[in-house]
Amino acid sequence: MVTVLYFASLRESLGCSREQVALPPAGTPTVSLLVDALRSRDARFGEALAAGKPWRVAVNQQMADPATPIKPGDEVAFFPPVTGG
Amino acid sequence: MPRVRVQEADFDVGRELDALTRGRVDVGGMASFVGLVRDANDGRAVRGMTLEHYPGMTEKALEDICAQAHARWDLVDTLVIHRIGAMVPGDRIVLVAAASAHRGEAFAACEFIMDFLKTRAPFWKLEDTPEGSRWVEARASDDTAAERWKS
Repeated sequence: MVTVLYFASLRESLGCSREQVALPPAGTPTVSLLVDALRSRDARFGEALAAGKPWRVAVNQQMADPATPIKPGDEVAFFPPVTGG
Repeated sequence: MPRVRVQEADFDVGRELDALTRGRVDVGGMASFVGLVRDANDGRAVRGMTLEHYPGMTEKALEDICAQAHARWDLVDTLVIHRIGAMVPGDRIVLVAAASAHRGEAFAACEFIMDFLKTRAPFWKLEDTPEGSRWVEARASDDTAAERWKS
């Protein structure tokens, strides 16, 4: 299991801020595999995490990308491009 | 050593800048930047905004940005204070300061920290407008500003 967090507009459109997700059983788990699993849940997830959408991802609070490996116990966060400052 | 704070409360710019150099005699120049809430954005009036962040990652990201500035320039100290929560136009959002022996490094480091904060630190602005609330969209010009430091 990994902890998945959603922030800002992604949190709102998915109606979820935090959940536990089982890692896909096959191969070496990466962000990309996790995203595939989340997208296949329903249209809402498919739309929010669509390939053309500018979502960002962090693994264990470090900026990451689709190829970043993940392991049980990791914290994976999805969010829109940042707008602080 | 960089000093990083994420807080709901406002800050006193004069007091914070004083504290950064108090008791030191090796600082020749300090540059600072204060970001404020504007009353308009993208053609709409803004009545207020709420700043959301990613607790834990925010502090790490800001410390990492300051560490990069320290690696790049000879700095005595750096400071970042960023507010979260509800704010209204005119309120201070962020303070960045860099102290160095010479002004050139202080100016450059202050701008570098701000450019990277805009593109790497996990903060999001939710604006309250007369037409309802909306999430502020990232600007391509912010990415361009951060990119130029790669050269």
